[in-house]
Amino acid sequence: MASILAVDDSASMRQMVSFALKNAGHDVVEAVDGVDGLKAAKANKVSLVITDVNMPNMDGIALIRELRGLPDYKFTPILMLTTESAPHKKQEGKDAGATGWIVKPFDPDQLLATINKVLG
Amino acid sequence: MAIDITQFHETFFEESFEGLDIMESGLLNLDIGAADNDTVNSIFRAAHSIKGGSATFGFTEVAEFTHGMETLLDEMRDGSRDVTQTSVDTLLQSVDCLREMLAASRDKTPIDTERAAVLKGELEAILASGTNGSTSESTHQEPATPSSDTSASHEGWMIKFKPHHDMLRTGNDPVRMFRELGDLGELSVVVDISQLPVLDDLDPEESYLSWELTLKSDVEIEKVKEIFEWVEDECDFDISEIKSEVPEVDQAAGDNVTESVAEKEPASSTQIKPVAVKPAAGTKTSASTDSASIRVSIDKVDALINMVGELVITQSMIGQLDCDFDDFDNSRMEKLRDGLTLLERNTRELQESVMRIRMLPISFAFNRFPRMVHDLCQKLDKKIELKTTGEQTELDKTVMEKIGDPLVHLVRNSIDHGIEMPEERLAANKPESGTIELNAFHKGGNIIIEIKDDGAGFNKDRIKEKAIERELIASDEHLSDDKIYDLIFQPGFSTAEQLSDISGRGVGMDVVKRNIRELGGSIDVTSEEGNGTTFTIRLPLTLAILDGQLVCVGDEIYITPLVSIVESLQIKEEFVNNIAGQTELYKVREDYIPIVRMHDMFGIDVERKGLEGGLLVVVEGDGKKAGLLVDELLGQQQVVIKSLETNYKRVDGVSGATILGDGTVALILDVDGLIDLSRNPPTPGNKPDNLAREVA
Repeated sequence: MASILAVDDSASMRQMVSFALKNAGHDVVEAVDGVDGLKAAKANKVSLVITDVNMPNMDGIALIRELRGLPDYKFTPILMLTTESAPHKKQEGKDAGATGWIVKPFDPDQLLATINKVLG
Repeated sequence: MAIDITQFHETFFEESFEGLDIMESGLLNLDIGAADNDTVNSIFRAAHSIKGGSATFGFTEVAEFTHGMETLLDEMRDGSRDVTQTSVDTLLQSVDCLREMLAASRDKTPIDTERAAVLKGELEAILASGTNGSTSESTHQEPATPSSDTSASHEGWMIKFKPHHDMLRTGNDPVRMFRELGDLGELSVVVDISQLPVLDDLDPEESYLSWELTLKSDVEIEKVKEIFEWVEDECDFDISEIKSEVPEVDQAAGDNVTESVAEKEPASSTQIKPVAVKPAAGTKTSASTDSASIRVSIDKVDALINMVGELVITQSMIGQLDCDFDDFDNSRMEKLRDGLTLLERNTRELQESVMRIRMLPISFAFNRFPRMVHDLCQKLDKKIELKTTGEQTELDKTVMEKIGDPLVHLVRNSIDHGIEMPEERLAANKPESGTIELNAFHKGGNIIIEIKDDGAGFNKDRIKEKAIERELIASDEHLSDDKIYDLIFQPGFSTAEQLSDISGRGVGMDVVKRNIRELGGSIDVTSEEGNGTTFTIRLPLTLAILDGQLVCVGDEIYITPLVSIVESLQIKEEFVNNIAGQTELYKVREDYIPIVRMHDMFGIDVERKGLEGGLLVVVEGDGKKAGLLVDELLGQQQVVIKSLETNYKRVDGVSGATILGDGTVALILDVDGLIDLSRNPPTPGNKPDNLAREVA
């Protein structure tokens, strides 16, 4: 079972993601925006990061860029939560170093299926 | 195991309503033509979150509606569309509509789809009206990839996969993809190591290998491409179909089934369908919607926990004293005394902390006004700037809920009748744009809310004229300014020349005053013709505590709310008048006020039956005055109100009870009720004197 960092400014999404992951037996660290997420990532070496893109203070793209700059997170899978309406965000995220994305809306089963892929 | 996502609905609604407030105040603050990027961004983010959440939690109609708003905001955000008044107004209306849609979803009532459709049309019209420069491309979409032809016998897929050097740096592992492919069918892998350098030159963070993968499976090409979707830009990728026979030549251009995925729009973005999760059917009643809840900042909860911690420490400290009274010496007595002092302090602080939990910043009541001012200004063609100060001043939740309507009425009045039309203002040498100030602050144990405008002010003659016309005052009456302004709080008084649909909604200033008095508060007005009007509302910090005057009637102590007391005086026989041998009136300067003999009212035996030498507490309630005959005035003190209704039953003339310092119970007088009682004698069953006996 993995330790996973979930970053989202929306409390309901965060709750859902975190609940689904914990339900599947993972350890979850939550963060409310990029700044918070970066702090949490430094404090806990997690094996997967799931981040929203649109967030105040520091958005998901910037967070991914920062994380990739940390030796601990050079190869850690980082998934971003994006919407269908923002295909360019995927590209931006990839350029920043994201492993992949999960398209909103998704349900807990889809989320788990995706993270199981990257956790191997 | 399936997860019931309805459990996240409450959080979703809560944050969505917060998001709507952010959108609304953001939209109101936008400067047309020169919008602040941060503001547009925060509005966009709120819409984006609501859309994402509503789609996730199955509120499809909300998601669809929000999509239009989000698209428009996105264009404003990236600068491809100017912020115009029309779009801001449409967005504001959409915020209202969205709020209703969300409320309907929450309460499981039908959504007003008609209104949503109209607004959606308006949003689409704006979106279709073209942006700055670039053409509308937001809905640009690749046609779906045609699935491979089914006529030839399909065997599987041949995949050529060569990661770019830096693919590993995005955390993508080829092994993971191969494993996924393996799940789809029979997979054989051939690796090409020709690019692998000698060990000394090898950078373990780079990728040097390429693969040829043969997948024997009848899965769709999309399934295969989906596995490589995340890395399509980071590899050379080629996929072709393996067939048992050579395909017919007329099947379009040569190797039509060979596609370079890297060049394609990510086709799988449409792959994942929106999850349609129906809100739990009405059978399961959700308690959450009805129960009143309150959001408390974590600081307050921490303070409370802190206090409880100290209380526990104090308790254990006293507990350790080992209260064996046989040898209870002086040193332990001292420790006990210290402990009790500490306990008293803890209790007081705990009480304060608990009280603070009910307190909310007054911004909760203020935040509806920017929108209101904006809308009314448009309607009336006026220019008004709203300024608020002291939004963080905290107020009891119940007071907050009840002060909302009176505030709305007062601000409406200021907009409608106070502030003049721009041309009138210019003619009077005033700035074209009027100002309404909402100020909140603490003053002497009260919360003061000021509603101040720089409008025309009251016309004293006009008020008097009207009051005479309505027979509220005699035509020859001389009144001080204060008295004249007080007339506007009289029932049935309105100076508006005609009832507009803005302020004339049947609610008068008398209702405003009554509502505020019900909260234990008061309202005053000052005005200067030509320079504006200020309403000052004074509210108690909390409804749970009252400033009281303790009065003695016989051996009983009663508490009169301090806010109701006008004055107290010693009775002089010559000012007492009897009317019809029944009602006693007392002459206070020009007024005659009825005397309420508290002894009779509460059935208390008293030696002295005459009035001479007694004390008269002049109280005012509901615009009427009365004098309460008491024996003695004791001190003033704050008392904690205990409900009589929940502990006993409702009694006319009494609003509640409290426990005094010495442990005795004292009744709190309901002044309005007492005045009514003095005019209409009570029915025997519910007479306060029954209660007085029972309590005694």
